[in-house]
Amino acid sequence: MLAEFGYGILLVTFLLTLYCISAALLGALNKSLALVESARRAMFLTFPLLSLSALALVALLLRGDFNVQFVYEVTSRSMPIYLKITAWWGGQAGSLLFWSWLMSAFTALAAMRRWDRDQEFLPWVLVVSGGTLAFFLALNVFFENPFARLYRLPDGTIGGYTFQPALSTPVYPSDGRGLNPLLRHPGMIIHPPMLYLGFVAFVIPYAFAIAALVTGRTDDRWIRITRRWSLWAWLFLSLGLVLGGRWAYDVLGWGGYWAWDPVEIAAFMPWLTGTAFLHSVMIQEKRGMLKQWNMVLIILTYSLVIFGTFLTRSGVLSSVHSFAQSAIGPAFFVFIGVTFALSVGLLIHRWGDLRAEAEMKSLLSREALFLLNNLLFISILIVCFWGVIFPLISELVTGQKVTVGPPFYERANAPLFAALMLLMGVAPLSAWGHSTVQTLGRALWKPAVGALLITLLLYFTYTRNAIALIGFFLVALVVLVAVYEFWRGARARQRAQQENFFQALIRLIARNRRRYGGYIIHLSMMMMAIGILGIELFQTETQGTLGVGEELSLQGYRLVYRDVARWDDLAGGVNHTRAVVELYRGERYLTTLAPRIDFYYDAQQNMTIPGVRSTLADDVYVLLLYWEPVSAQGATFKLYVNPLVNWLWLGSLVFLLGVIVAAWPERDPEPASVRVPRSARQTSSAD
Amino acid sequence: MGRSKFLLGGLFILAAVVYLIVSSTQQAAEYFMTVDELYAQKDAVLGKNLRVSGAVIGDTIQYDPRTLTLTFQVAHVPGNNREVEAMGGLAEVLKQAVNDPKRNRLIIVYVGPKPDLLRHEAQAIVTGRLGEDGVFYAEELLLKCPTKYEEAVPAQASES
Repeated sequence: MLAEFGYGILLVTFLLTLYCISAALLGALNKSLALVESARRAMFLTFPLLSLSALALVALLLRGDFNVQFVYEVTSRSMPIYLKITAWWGGQAGSLLFWSWLMSAFTALAAMRRWDRDQEFLPWVLVVSGGTLAFFLALNVFFENPFARLYRLPDGTIGGYTFQPALSTPVYPSDGRGLNPLLRHPGMIIHPPMLYLGFVAFVIPYAFAIAALVTGRTDDRWIRITRRWSLWAWLFLSLGLVLGGRWAYDVLGWGGYWAWDPVEIAAFMPWLTGTAFLHSVMIQEKRGMLKQWNMVLIILTYSLVIFGTFLTRSGVLSSVHSFAQSAIGPAFFVFIGVTFALSVGLLIHRWGDLRAEAEMKSLLSREALFLLNNLLFISILIVCFWGVIFPLISELVTGQKVTVGPPFYERANAPLFAALMLLMGVAPLSAWGHSTVQTLGRALWKPAVGALLITLLLYFTYTRNAIALIGFFLVALVVLVAVYEFWRGARARQRAQQENFFQALIRLIARNRRRYGGYIIHLSMMMMAIGILGIELFQTETQGTLGVGEELSLQGYRLVYRDVARWDDLAGGVNHTRAVVELYRGERYLTTLAPRIDFYYDAQQNMTIPGVRSTLADDVYVLLLYWEPVSAQGATFKLYVNPLVNWLWLGSLVFLLGVIVAAWPERDPEPASVRVPRSARQTSSAD
Repeated sequence: MGRSKFLLGGLFILAAVVYLIVSSTQQAAEYFMTVDELYAQKDAVLGKNLRVSGAVIGDTIQYDPRTLTLTFQVAHVPGNNREVEAMGGLAEVLKQAVNDPKRNRLIIVYVGPKPDLLRHEAQAIVTGRLGEDGVFYAEELLLKCPTKYEEAVPAQASES
């Protein structure tokens, strides 16, 4: 009954969303506030309804009702409770429901703000976010019902059906297939929700942008309302990407974190346009320029979000070769095509209204450098998009399937990333409106000389690798510029306000959260860059089969094999093979590591869990590759030394801090935001 | 004057991006082939970067942990999505492939850890070159087991 209840609620919510869209549309066209208000209330209702439906699914997962296809596919008896709950987003049908649930929560949140000054936006925001919600609900209702039950047809085939087919009998498997062991990892449990939070939250700024286009209120109001939405969306998306990398590093056992897999790129592409968007809206707010461009960026971001969900869910591209395409593929294509065409049509219609209020004059002005930053992000997007669709294109044109692997992305993107870093160093020092080589040079020369000195020092002490030195120079430049900015601002304040330096620094940040939050984010990006340069350029590895007491050495580290054991964890359905190795630096004992192989009986699959010793200088990452009790050969290990990689993970923590600083509601508004009245500020700060 | 320098700058970036994409594509291109196609064009593909997919035959998997050398055979599977779909989906196609002794088979040699997902009826996607001896020397080995899971797990990559 619970399954039927859940599906019934889904269906009701779908119809309610359709009502919400029609009422909002009619209300907007007939200028009927009552109808729009009715639509708004309908939208509020979708969230508790979908929560009920989701609860029904979670209850089924917990109860282990394997007659329900989804439960059968993603859980098994031996899984712990928290994994049974998080299996909710472990498969396609459930993760679509998860998407809808988040979408309804966010739309309801957005609809809750006070609309007095923005009444004309409301119906269109409801139409756009309601339309997106309706699409995802339709996928669940018509194609991928998470509540479908298993039935055996008269011809013997078993399948999931929403309604019992004629002459069929229900099937009650005694146990489920269980979640893929690779996904039974804390990183994998929070990674998809983070990514989805980011994806879904970007729908709200898009909805406001479309509302602005439809109503013709094309000033920067929609940007101001959605600024925090965009920031939070961006934060979640970024964290989702980093967590995915961390998961790969911990679980996939190949010593890396990012493989330019199409599924990864699918999540990376909306991040690129979103990052460009976050930068360029500042130009519109400050200078009234780039309005058309901002619209282009948010439309692209929305389309890429849907495209990303589609790619990660349908597996159409990750497996250019021969993967069964799910039924929802065509539906996604139609939806992306229609929304993209409509958005672009609207944009063209309003193109004239979105003309810039000022002209860009100087190539080195702050706004020109921001534009350049945007172009670089878009260039990286084009590279990624090209890499993803190249197999399809080449097959269409030549009939020969040709793919490009990680070297393509690395080679084509590296100069673009380097240029971005250079900009990150230069742009904060350039002036709005007009900058010349002289003014910029005067501000830049001290940090530049500092960065050169650091690079020279590295040249003599750490590395002679040219690419690494260029990279470290850029990192040093950005860091010095950001630190210099903090120092300069705090000093100026210290003199003017008679405060001590730290007081001045804290207040400076508190009064200009967006700017200094931005610099903290830049710093965090540089920490990540250090980690990426380290592992990409300096990773070393070795492997070997050792008898007890024998050792493997790499980069001054010695790995001594001590012991191995194998045992069954019957409750968890796992067989563990765990080796004990001691790590030495020269003669000095450092630590004992325990790399292991977990064999999951339900999935008949191995998982290779590394033993890792992490420091800021490097990670020593040991994999147990092979051991059999009968063989006298010993155990086979693979040993990696991954220099600096921890800066990547640490950087993400600083990044979190930076975004929180930038997005935190400000108590006393800066002069620049005087146009936003207090009431509106407070409601939007509830975002 | 004001506009033209921006235009020039834009053109420069465009040219740079086009150059980066074109040159990198040429360098990193991997030709995706089925086992049948590989045998049909044996001479033409020697030394080229290839990506071949096939169904893993469980009995042929041999692993020498001393040298970390992995040897196994894959059977031909069609490369075309529609063809696969028409034959009843990938799981079915893989099953047919491993049970059909008349299919073309390719010997794969790979040095590195034995991937967890390597098993009978898995789909192997190998990247590497075809040797003069007709053996495929893989530098990268991806495995997918579609029968089991629907999630898009990023391919488990093992790099040697």
